[in-house]
Amino acid sequence: MMQQLLLYPLLWQLFMSIALMFAWQHINIQRVMSIVGSAVGLVFSGMLFYKVLVYGTQTIQAGGWEAPFGITFVADTLSATLVLLTSIAGLAVSSFSSASIIPARLRFGYFAIFHFLLLGLIGAFLTGDIFNLYVWFEIIIISSFVLITLGGEKAQIEGAVKYFTLNILASIIFLTAIAVLYGLAGSLNMADLAVLIPKIENRGLVKVAAILFLIGFGIKSAVFPLYFWLPASYHTPPSAVAAIFGGLLTKVGVYALIRVFTLIFVGDVLLDEILIVIAVLTLFSGGIGALVQKNMRKVFSYLIICHIGFMIAGLGMFTELAIAGAIFYLIHDIVVKTNLFMISGIIYRIKGSNNIKSLGGLYKEYPKLSLLMTIPFFSLIGIPPLSGFWPKISLIVSSFNTQNYLVLGAVIFASFLTLIVMAKLWSEVFWKNPVDLPKREHFLYFNKMTTTRKLQMLLPIVFLTGVSLYIGFGAESIQQLSTRIAGELMNSQQYIEAVMPKS
Amino acid sequence: MKTIILRTASNYLLPILLLFSIFILLRGHYLPGGGFVGGLIASIAFVLHAFANGLKDTKKLLKFHPGFLMPVGLALAFLSGLLPVIGFDEAFMTGLWMHDPIPVIGSIGTALFFDIGVYIVVQGVTLTIIFTISESA
Repeated sequence: MMQQLLLYPLLWQLFMSIALMFAWQHINIQRVMSIVGSAVGLVFSGMLFYKVLVYGTQTIQAGGWEAPFGITFVADTLSATLVLLTSIAGLAVSSFSSASIIPARLRFGYFAIFHFLLLGLIGAFLTGDIFNLYVWFEIIIISSFVLITLGGEKAQIEGAVKYFTLNILASIIFLTAIAVLYGLAGSLNMADLAVLIPKIENRGLVKVAAILFLIGFGIKSAVFPLYFWLPASYHTPPSAVAAIFGGLLTKVGVYALIRVFTLIFVGDVLLDEILIVIAVLTLFSGGIGALVQKNMRKVFSYLIICHIGFMIAGLGMFTELAIAGAIFYLIHDIVVKTNLFMISGIIYRIKGSNNIKSLGGLYKEYPKLSLLMTIPFFSLIGIPPLSGFWPKISLIVSSFNTQNYLVLGAVIFASFLTLIVMAKLWSEVFWKNPVDLPKREHFLYFNKMTTTRKLQMLLPIVFLTGVSLYIGFGAESIQQLSTRIAGELMNSQQYIEAVMPKS
Repeated sequence: MKTIILRTASNYLLPILLLFSIFILLRGHYLPGGGFVGGLIASIAFVLHAFANGLKDTKKLLKFHPGFLMPVGLALAFLSGLLPVIGFDEAFMTGLWMHDPIPVIGSIGTALFFDIGVYIVVQGVTLTIIFTISESA
């Protein structure tokens, strides 16, 4: 039975959501189940990660049908790492949401849908079939629609409409791209496509398919001209939901971009140049957008966009070092962005507002908590030796090596912008003299919660901060891991052979 | 819509439609049909009953909230996929079949239970949606 370890993180999330649906009305039971279940899921993901690290790429043919025909699940080091990170973020957010989300929202099956979302994410990371990837994307967006509208406030619905429209558009473009690809190659298995696509003579159509994939995944990962849905919607749902969205949803798009453009469409110079231009513009526009925002969660939303640029830049330069930098950044970013949105949630529960103009004096009132919050802030900016610093070295070095001085400038400029934004945030929210906010009635204030609830909100932040610190101080092992992933991505032969062993 | 013709007809149509939905479910493995269509037809039977006799009567007939069918069906489908993993050390969702076909029903395998799971989920979802809409209308 350990042969099938690959599917256990996936099946466990499905089991969790079914079990949680049986306990529909009992939210206290659901809270316990979700936290314990996420912890068990983390154990499964850890086991899978360890197995992949020691024994190399794992594959499973679901249903027992052979590779190009059946649906393949592949866990190479990249997938296993991302599954592990998803489970880490999932555990943190599960605990955080059980305290910070009001019971009225939990009663509408919040946890069941939350685990469906995790199921979709893990499935997207593990699948080795491009149509199956589309299906997992659908599961992700359907569950995220429910999570984003749960509660039905006016602002939420408005944000959800924008989110819905652009994401459906992205799905349609993605599906069209799959159709074009299937028409060209007659296969949907990614490893099979990697073999078939270079042999196709109609290069023009291959390029069209590649651009369609770029647009589809570009909308999902919120890159330069297509990011408008993200800041319009991420500040509307509860912070716990925004945390899992901000940490993981755009990263699935980035993962898909990395997977498709290192495995299927390789060695297209035009495409790499497009990716670099997109990355530079994303870095600029996200950073500048973050400067002018007043709502804390909108600031973080723009920073998500800004930092997607780092990963796209790494992919665009397409050297082993650059991709290692992009992967390292991806690892760091998932942890830190989830943490940031949870921090904004805790500040919201303390003060009752997320507007940085009306916040203030947090350092005076909660000095220890504020110091805890500085760690993710500093990692985000990339102050050495914290986690955001190391991937930028790889990116800067490889932009020197490939003589992409535009990328070099953009990376430094975007880091600088992040520093300004965070400094502004710090002085407004933490240092400024407290502003008298009107007390809100029927509002769940942080200091009125029970100790258990407070711990449920604080421990995930401590946990993720610890992970961030490990990524920063254990940078060597993470760097080795990302170099190994980059090596695997650059040499797709081992992926192909793992899926379709030569008989 | 409480006309006597519809009400009388719906009393006869309910069992016939339910039987027909099961027929569609069973023939679905090789021929057009299957759990999804079967589930839709079965829910149509209840919707028609609700049209003719009112929502209250249909709810009384069902005895439990249709939303409960969703996790039940999902669990059945999930277990049918899991059975080869647990019992036979095969890949997830591998089809296991009994050797001898049973009269009327035909061969029984895990795929059939998966389809029954889908059949139940579809009924649960459709009836929940329609009941909620007609309650608020």
